[in-house]
Formats: sequence, structure tokens, C-alpha cells
Amino acid sequence: MALSNVLHAPAAGFNFDHAARNAELEGLFDAQIPKPVKTGTTIAGVVFKDGVVLGADTRATSSEVVADKMCSKIHYIAPNIYCCGAGTAADTEKTTELLSSNLTIFSLNSGRNPRVVMAVNILQEMLYRYHGQIGASLILGGVDCTGNHLYTVGPYGSVNTMPYLAMGSGDLAALGILEDGYKPDLELDKAKELVRAAIHAGVMNDLASGNNIDICVLTRGGVDHIRPYQVSQYKDKRKTKYKYGAGTTAVLTEKVVPVKLEVVEETVQRMDTA
Amino acid sequence: MEQTRVPPPGKRLKRVVSPVSLYPSKPLCLSDRLSLRAYIANRVTDKLTPIHDRIFCCRSGSAADTQAIADVVTYQLGFHSIELDEPPLVETAANLFRASCYRYREELTAGILVAGWDRRKGGQVYCVPIGGMLVRQPVSVGGSGSSYIYGFMDSNYKPNMTKDQCLELTAAAVSLAMERDGSSGGVVRLASISKDGVERRVILGNQLPKYSTH
Repeated sequence: MALSNVLHAPAAGFNFDHAARNAELEGLFDAQIPKPVKTGTTIAGVVFKDGVVLGADTRATSSEVVADKMCSKIHYIAPNIYCCGAGTAADTEKTTELLSSNLTIFSLNSGRNPRVVMAVNILQEMLYRYHGQIGASLILGGVDCTGNHLYTVGPYGSVNTMPYLAMGSGDLAALGILEDGYKPDLELDKAKELVRAAIHAGVMNDLASGNNIDICVLTRGGVDHIRPYQVSQYKDKRKTKYKYGAGTTAVLTEKVVPVKLEVVEETVQRMDTA
Repeated sequence: MEQTRVPPPGKRLKRVVSPVSLYPSKPLCLSDRLSLRAYIANRVTDKLTPIHDRIFCCRSGSAADTQAIADVVTYQLGFHSIELDEPPLVETAANLFRASCYRYREELTAGILVAGWDRRKGGQVYCVPIGGMLVRQPVSVGGSGSSYIYGFMDSNYKPNMTKDQCLELTAAAVSLAMERDGSSGGVVRLASISKDGVERRVILGNQLPKYSTH
């Protein structure tokens, strides 16, 4: 679709340039190739009466180390569309940024607000083209003139739409809560509580999900991105400031010596401001 | 040495499809379970995808591949139909599927049943399995659960059944396959296509016919 791809139309067929390069690099390193940062996530979304609620945890892991304790997994796509991302952190970040840019340009070109289904189609086309090499599992939610929508796009380009969805390594835990608690046309508070409970289940039962919970509520009236909605009760107390106040070290003597400066040379250079 | 093709990972649509060719209408029947190995990604998928007003396709294999192919064919067929200013033929749709499935046979895992109604030949069913063959059949089954119902279909299908008999047959067949195949399950989706239009129906889990030998 010409309008949504600004720089140039994507080449037809599959592009495996990087896959070939990665395969060749594998044998060359003696040490372990650094593992990409994965979001190892729990993300969930629920369609309620007046819109969509998206939720995510905030832990990003690099194998067994927590790389980021306050990672933002709910990405802005358009004023009325937000996207939760699970999988390889860089892939979800860049894919959603690319989508957001393209949709903004489309909006400017056509004078229309973007629709959720358009965002989904663009993502599906792109991810399918890369045949799974882009490790991004996304949950897109938004409100547009056609209603409240919630979609999930897998790394291979498959799309599913349901009133409630969960993705990431903690999805099974979250889905258990969602399957039990979901009802059509929930009120806002119940929907927020359901999503919070679902992410909390992921945080508690999945090692790769944790820390805080972010929530994003999308309605016709606007967006409420609450970061964090629930703070982890397991926080370490660390003084992040290590600056010592004046008076910590006793001053025994004080000697002030003024330094005389002479002007040795003065040059003036005109700046060309034509 | 026998070479086995390892299917690429990804969401697999494994299930049973069985459109039954019936003059003049065509019931299409699918069970719904999208499985990512041991995890069911969606328990209520709609694998009956409309390609045109009176042409549907039943998708099995990789969800991503079949969704992509169906989108491409929908576009191509729509364009073709507008050019001709006529409703397209089911055989045309089937050939478009075959063209994509055969050309990219090394990269794709897609087993598709194309079924619909057109003015020239009435109700038709075309089978485009993995590899990209194209064959027209009065009855066809596909997907991982299809192995369990070949015998059932062979013995119970008779030419010139009524629409309701056909719907009952396909629903029964899919239910039986869902009973035996781990990758099939959820709900049964039926579509009946005729000159007058398309009628879609869903049979939920608790309404399925019960067959249990134990």
C-alpha cells in the first residue's frame, strides 16, 4: 500500500539477508554471542463497554539477569491506538515505532484518523515478510470510528482477534484469570481490575515477568496511560544519591589565593551568516 | 535415504475441514483450534475465510501462511471480478490459490479447500493441498484430523443429498474428528453457500453431537 510505506515500497518475497549473516557469524565467536534482550513478558488486553484496557509488566530480561526493571512495554502507535509488545525488546520497540511513523504520515497525507485494522494489516504484512526473523508478539488495542478493537499479531504474521488476549511468557497464567473473569460489556473499574489481576498472575508465576504493572485505558474520550498502576511490593531500599552534604568533612584550615590572569592575545573572527 | 521435511515452527492450524459438494448449495464445515505445539493460541478461530461473495476457503496448516495467501487471493480475485464486471468463478479462485501454493511450495505450509457457488457449474469444491496440487472433488476433507474421517465420509456421502443432510453430515464428520485429533477442537463452524447467498452457523462445544465408545 503506497501511502503507508514512506521511504520505498518493500521488495517482494522474503528477505533473509541478516539470517544468512547471523548463521555465518555463529561459528566465529569463541565466547557466547550476547543474547538479545527479551521482554519475557506478560501482556494482556480486554475489550470493555467503552473501550479497551491494555496491561503489561515492566521487567526486561537478558537471560537470567533483569536488564530493565521499569521497561515500558505499552507503546504509542496513534492517539487512539496503543500496542503491547512481547518477545525481543529491540524488535517490538522498532516495529512499533515504524508503524507509528507510517500511520502518522498516512494521517497527514489522507486527513483521516488511523484505524486499528489498518495498523494490524501493516504489522501482519511486515512480520510475514520477515518470516519470523523479527521476534515480536504484539497486542494492539484501540478505539476508532468503527468501534473498540483488540488484535494480536504473532512473529510469523498470524492475526487473531478476541475480546480478551494475553501474550508473552506469562500468557498462560494471565489467560487463566481472563478466561475465568471475562464477561462481555464490563465496566471500566472491573476491566482494569481484571487486567491488573491477569498481569499480576503472570508476575507471580513467571520468572521472566515482574516488577511493576502498567495499564493503558483507551476510550473515545482519550487515553489514560498509567505507569505504574501497581508497584511491586518487593523493592530494595537503595539511596541513589551518593553526594555528601556540606559539612560531612571537617574543614581545618582555609587559604584563598587569587590567580592573576593576563590577556595575552585577542583575535576576532567574523562568522559568516549569509 | 529418506528425507523428511521438517515443518517450520509457527502457529499451526491443525484441523478438519470438509466441504461437501451438493447441488445447489455447499455446506462448509470447520472445527476451530489454533495450536502452537502444545498451546492453543485461539480456541475459537474462524478458519472459514470469505474470498468473495459466494466463494469461501477452509484453511489448514500454518496460520500465518494461510492468512497471507487468503489475503493475496482475495485481492487478486476482487480485482479480476471488477475487471470482468462479473462474479468470479470458483475454479478461478481455486487456480489463484494453486498458483501461490505451488510457486512458493518450498516456503509454505498450507492446505486449502476452496468452495463456492457460481452460475456456470453451480456448487463446487476444489482441494489445494500442501505442494500445490489442484483437484475438483464432490467431497473433500483436510487438516490433521482428516485422517480419522476419510472412511466416514466415503461411506456416508451420497450424491444429491439435501442441504440439511449435508450440513448434518459435515457437522458429524468434524465432531468425530475433533473427538480423536488433539489438534482439533473448540467449536464447529458451518457455512452453506448457494445461489441465494451464504448462511453461516456455529455449533458450540456443548451442542456438538456426542459420540463416545468409552
